[in-house]
Amino acid sequence: MSDEMWVNMGPQHPFNHGLWNLRVRLNGETITAAEPIIGYLHRGWEKMVENRTYSQIVPLADRLCYGSSLSWNHLYCLSAERLYGVEAPTRAKYIRVVALELQRITSHLCWLMAVGTDLGSYTIMTWTIRERELFLDLLCQLSGARMTYNYCRIGGVRSDIPENFERDVNRTLDEFEKRLRDIEALCDENEPFLMRTVGIGKIDAKTAMNLGLTGPIMRASGVEMDLRRLDPYEVYQDMKFDICYATDGDVYARYRVRIDEMRESAKIVRQALAEMPKGPVRVKVPRCPPKGTVACHVEDPRGESLMYIVSDGTERPYRLKVRSPNFVNLSASPAMLLGFKISDVPAIMGVMDMCIGETDR
Amino acid sequence: MDIDLSFQAMTMTTKQFAEMTKTMTREVMVATGGKKLVDKITAPIWSWGQRNSVYPLHFGIACCALEMAAAGGPRYDAERLGIVFRSSPRQSDVLLVNGWISAKIRPALKALYEQMPAPKWVVAMGECTISGGPWYDAYNVIQGMDTFIPVDVYIPGCPSRPEAMIQGFNMICQKMTAENRGSFLDD
Repeated sequence: MSDEMWVNMGPQHPFNHGLWNLRVRLNGETITAAEPIIGYLHRGWEKMVENRTYSQIVPLADRLCYGSSLSWNHLYCLSAERLYGVEAPTRAKYIRVVALELQRITSHLCWLMAVGTDLGSYTIMTWTIRERELFLDLLCQLSGARMTYNYCRIGGVRSDIPENFERDVNRTLDEFEKRLRDIEALCDENEPFLMRTVGIGKIDAKTAMNLGLTGPIMRASGVEMDLRRLDPYEVYQDMKFDICYATDGDVYARYRVRIDEMRESAKIVRQALAEMPKGPVRVKVPRCPPKGTVACHVEDPRGESLMYIVSDGTERPYRLKVRSPNFVNLSASPAMLLGFKISDVPAIMGVMDMCIGETDR
Repeated sequence: MDIDLSFQAMTMTTKQFAEMTKTMTREVMVATGGKKLVDKITAPIWSWGQRNSVYPLHFGIACCALEMAAAGGPRYDAERLGIVFRSSPRQSDVLLVNGWISAKIRPALKALYEQMPAPKWVVAMGECTISGGPWYDAYNVIQGMDTFIPVDVYIPGCPSRPEAMIQGFNMICQKMTAENRGSFLDD
């Protein structure tokens, strides 16, 4: 009789945020094989949008990833703009950068909330939800919705920033930076948190590149890759920020990278608000784009996300392909899990910031 | 029940004896109207207990799951109303479904519903769960949860706000009060 057994974790399991199933083969407590099973949230997004006009896809792009809906919304609008051959006004670009970075902070706080619950620290969860509400209020002022914003439009943004928005954002960021130090102390000075993260789920730079990892997970392995710097979109070429990276490649390094990214995002938001020019926020676009294809990639909070649109000159896309960062990161999970204990699974998978909506599409 | 069997109690196994006692007590209570009386007295107590501990299943599917988490957070604090999220279906009273239901998750959802002990309630949160929502023509999305599970409360919104979720749970509490279900000597 073999000592190994398969354990199913999911689709309803307290550790997985979203619906997916992780099958692991155990020898004692050591993982000898892992197999993520996805598809529980598949709704045929790519096929469905072939029956929608270009402007109807904007709110659907929100629902691709609910943790960072604005970045997907923006990615769709950016790629559609390149397809139409129009460019958003400069003010709209600055507003988009502000909104995107606020969304990045929100998304990372949401991730820390999940990690906090996974690692058994309820306080981390309650504190991060509290800070997240501050940013949700700001985005609510900006767009009128708490989560699915529907704010970007093809050719700009829906509306200008509200009155006193700059003041509110600066106040919130001041308060947030103080509170982020508290949250950081709560994690870093917490011996059980360190025991469960340091040295777990190690991946070196070469493996990370071969597996196609992107985003904070790749930067935590020592690869300085950030599309905001390498292939700047909107006005990121004018923004002063550092690429956050770490060299350890373990769970703790990924946690550090994301915490540092929140600070950098706060810096970008401040700079973009200070340098924002006056002007219109939206340009008119024709109903049908020209024939052609376009591929466009941006730095999502989770990694590199890409959209590829094929247009046949009608008002509906012929094909829309989405490259989800989480789909690739999740397929690399066996490489991270092998050789570790089953109690490390929540730490390794939780720190990946799972979002099944974009993985399954 | 055969009342004569009570004379054979000495020769019965423990299980048979317990069964016989249970049936006999029940029938005596029903016949004399005692059950009706006890039910009437204890029902408010039962429903009070149910109202104050509405435990939903911790089962996040999509967008509304984040609003569910926000409702459990410090600002909305659903826990003050007894809405404590449990990880096992066997410990929960309410199946809170928040997101689109694909063909692959449907059997698992049905199994989760059947694993929950009665009395149980079902809440459909968000447009996707109620009617398919924005995925009305997607090939893999079930058009509404009430096609295969009976639903008690619908919470509209895309996504619903946390206040709306708490309001939905208040409506479940109203339903519990209205039903006023006593379960003395009942399954």
